[in-house]
Amino acid sequence: MAEATSWIEAERRGGRLVLRVGGPWLVNEVASLDRKLQALEAGEIAEVEIDGGAIDALDSVGAWLLLRTRRHFSERGLEVTIEALAPQFQALLAQVEKRRVGSPPSLIRRHSTVIDALALIGMNTIDLVMRGIEFLGFFGFFCVTLVGSWRHPGRIRMTALVVQMERTGVSAVPIVGLLSFLIGAVFAYQGADQLRRFGADIYAVNLLAVSVLRELGVILAAIIVAGRSGSAFTAEIGTMQVNEEIDAMRTLGLDPMEVLVLPRLFGLILTLPLLTFFANFMGLIGGGLVFWGLFDVPPPLFLQQLRGAVQGWTFWLGPVKAPFFAIAIALIGCHEGLRVSRSAESVGRLTTLSVVESIFLVIVIDAIFSLIFARLDV
Amino acid sequence: MSDGPPAIAVKGLVTRVGGRVLHDHLDFDVWPGEVLGVVGASGAGKSVLLRVLVGLIAPAAGRIEIFGTDLATLDRRRRREIEAHAGVLFQDGALFSSLTVAQNVAVPLRETLGLPERLIAEIAALKIALVGLPEDAAPKYPSELSGGMRKRAGLARALALDPKLLFLDEPTAGLDPIAAAEFDGLLVDLQRAQGFSVFLVTHDLDTLATTADRVAVLVDKGLIIGTIDELRRHPHPWLRAYFGGPRGTHRGSDHGNAR
Repeated sequence: MAEATSWIEAERRGGRLVLRVGGPWLVNEVASLDRKLQALEAGEIAEVEIDGGAIDALDSVGAWLLLRTRRHFSERGLEVTIEALAPQFQALLAQVEKRRVGSPPSLIRRHSTVIDALALIGMNTIDLVMRGIEFLGFFGFFCVTLVGSWRHPGRIRMTALVVQMERTGVSAVPIVGLLSFLIGAVFAYQGADQLRRFGADIYAVNLLAVSVLRELGVILAAIIVAGRSGSAFTAEIGTMQVNEEIDAMRTLGLDPMEVLVLPRLFGLILTLPLLTFFANFMGLIGGGLVFWGLFDVPPPLFLQQLRGAVQGWTFWLGPVKAPFFAIAIALIGCHEGLRVSRSAESVGRLTTLSVVESIFLVIVIDAIFSLIFARLDV
Repeated sequence: MSDGPPAIAVKGLVTRVGGRVLHDHLDFDVWPGEVLGVVGASGAGKSVLLRVLVGLIAPAAGRIEIFGTDLATLDRRRRREIEAHAGVLFQDGALFSSLTVAQNVAVPLRETLGLPERLIAEIAALKIALVGLPEDAAPKYPSELSGGMRKRAGLARALALDPKLLFLDEPTAGLDPIAAAEFDGLLVDLQRAQGFSVFLVTHDLDTLATTADRVAVLVDKGLIIGTIDELRRHPHPWLRAYFGGPRGTHRGSDHGNAR
């Protein structure tokens, strides 16, 4: 479409400015027209005549531009008329004229001033507190449901529970195994490499055993599960919320807490300790192979040293923490999912939030356990 | 306003979705300045037809010309130029949920024309006013609007580039009768002043009666096209059920003769 361009000619006749305009006054011409109009020097005049006789195409933006030009002149107290516009454009001009066009909206939101920044901090703080209170409420409600299901164990949905265990536990086995193996190997190498300078590289086995069994295995498993399953809980429940499925459930007399939250929670409580055992095992294997291959520690010696390092409670400390991590991950994942409003955008936002919060809480709980274990001297 | 090539010219269109033939050799035109209403049973492929015409689904066979040009033969840039002359309003407005109404309307202005920001904001205000939204709707997010307002905002975005052809997918579905009637009135108002062609997919008999010049009925994988009065007398059982059913008759024929 080779298009003719629009044009504006200004002519002064005494105290009268005649703007002869023509060509297509269409939305794709509006930028150049606007520039020409802005550059117009009105000078000393009392009257303006806009001659639109040569306009051969007009759309709503073109009509608006004509009216805006007229308004600009009339706001300066000038007499303005639009003349000779072709009859087929009159209806459009009248329609645009009759609508009250608001002031241009701001398209970019700015947070430039100090007050905006302070307001943002304030809003986020309030939001955080409200979220905390809300979560506390959710936790209370959950405890009530938990006691209820304790008294009536038949209300626990076995099919859903098994499905959740399969999804959150069994299918996480490969990735948890692989990552623990690699972390164990890396840890063994770094430890042994440092301790070799003191001729104490065999004690790197103790270092590996204590750090994998007490911290690394369970933390790694929990973080992977938070990323895989915590996010899935939020996204699944959130999508159901968007589709009004949760509301439908309530009207059918089903309690979302019982149907959705409890199976996910129990599934995770049962599988995360098992995943932790597996992660510990793979971490030690990875470390053991590094010792064998790079530091000449044969497997029998490794096992012997390991037996010396793992005393008393050490073996159980990781799996003991796992159910608490599981509760944190499942509750946060489900709670954020239930908080989803009816917009699809909030599903994405709350899924991100759910993963960040659950990993944060896992680390906090781990720190609390460290304090408790230190007191208990285990 | 019937000069120039048809806004849409379809010849021998065949559409297959999931191995099922939905449209079997359709031929029809939409003339400049004409409102063509498209009706048909749920699942007959009305929305699919709209998606084929706007280029979201590739047809299995046939030729689609928009303003005399076959889009399939064009390169990306030329295709975009033609597409700028067509606006689409999806069923629930399909507004970008992370943008405000004004930002939504600004998207085509910025992406296609690259106008300066000040002009974009001014034109966005114009479009919002033209579809009858209040000024304070501009900074709101789609989730804060009612269904009727979302449709109006979607219409404002579809009309942002002053298209010569407008596709509407069930614009009055889910609206209360008053809001639906207002939307019909708005559409007629805008269409008469701006003279664009409309391809209107709908279930709503009132919308058809007040807005459509001709009606195309999608039955048995083909199209029956005519004015409402012609179709009311058509012997096809689906049409008799559609116009002769409890929702078609009680309105009387004075309604159907409106245009």
